[in-house]
Amino acid sequence: MQTSLQIPVNLYILLSAVLFSIGVFGVLLRRNAIIIFMCVELMLNAVNLLLVAFSTYLGDADGQVFVFFIMAVAAAEVAVGLAILAMIYRNTGSVDIEVLNKLKN
Amino acid sequence: MTVYLFYLLSFIAIISALMVVISKNPVYSVLFLIMTFFAIAGHYVLLNAQFLAAVHVIVYAGAIMVLFLYVIMMMNFNKEAEPSKTVFSQIIATIAGGILLITLVGAIRIYDIEFAISTNATSIGLISNLGKVLFSKFLLPFEISSLLFLAAMTGVVLLGKNNTHS
Repeated sequence: MQTSLQIPVNLYILLSAVLFSIGVFGVLLRRNAIIIFMCVELMLNAVNLLLVAFSTYLGDADGQVFVFFIMAVAAAEVAVGLAILAMIYRNTGSVDIEVLNKLKN
Repeated sequence: MTVYLFYLLSFIAIISALMVVISKNPVYSVLFLIMTFFAIAGHYVLLNAQFLAAVHVIVYAGAIMVLFLYVIMMMNFNKEAEPSKTVFSQIIATIAGGILLITLVGAIRIYDIEFAISTNATSIGLISNLGKVLFSKFLLPFEISSLLFLAAMTGVVLLGKNNTHS
């Protein structure tokens, strides 16, 4: 498995940048709140991939431990966020973020 | 050989990430997101982080995505009611995302990043090594994350409870 380190770390940075940009693009493009959640997950995963790549290249386990914490926080965030969305859907019948501007006043 | 594997996994990850964004049906978005997560798990295996790959598949593809699918199927969407932005906003969103990508790529292209590959790089992804670091150096954050889970669990139960007075 030593051969996998022959891949330059620049390629991993490039891949993470592309995945992160796709996540930002999705957040800007869609109006369905669930898809926006999924795009946030995509961004978190791009950062996770970068952390693991640097951790492997530096021979330091701290990055991989941080990925654990990011996964834990992401799981908690998804649980709470989907509960809030289910609540909103039960009360308004929609998850369109453009009709969710009732919090303004 | 591993370089080809890297390109294949990257291709799958990027294409299915794009399909998450542009597919109209939310159920297809979830399925493509699962595909992206499996491709990223393959990248973890390629980076000698085997335990993290297993945890990634279990947590994301097994738990979080089931939660997403459950919520989506509870909310019966149809394709006609799917909200979409105006063409002007879509063009603006595409330009903004593209400019972000160009900025990131341009910022990393001017640096020629070279790391010395550590000799113990093949063994740090194993569970014994990760457990040692997690329970010695990161013991306090580990305990705090358990508190975070307790708070999240309580909050979800309170939110999901059917309040009868409304």
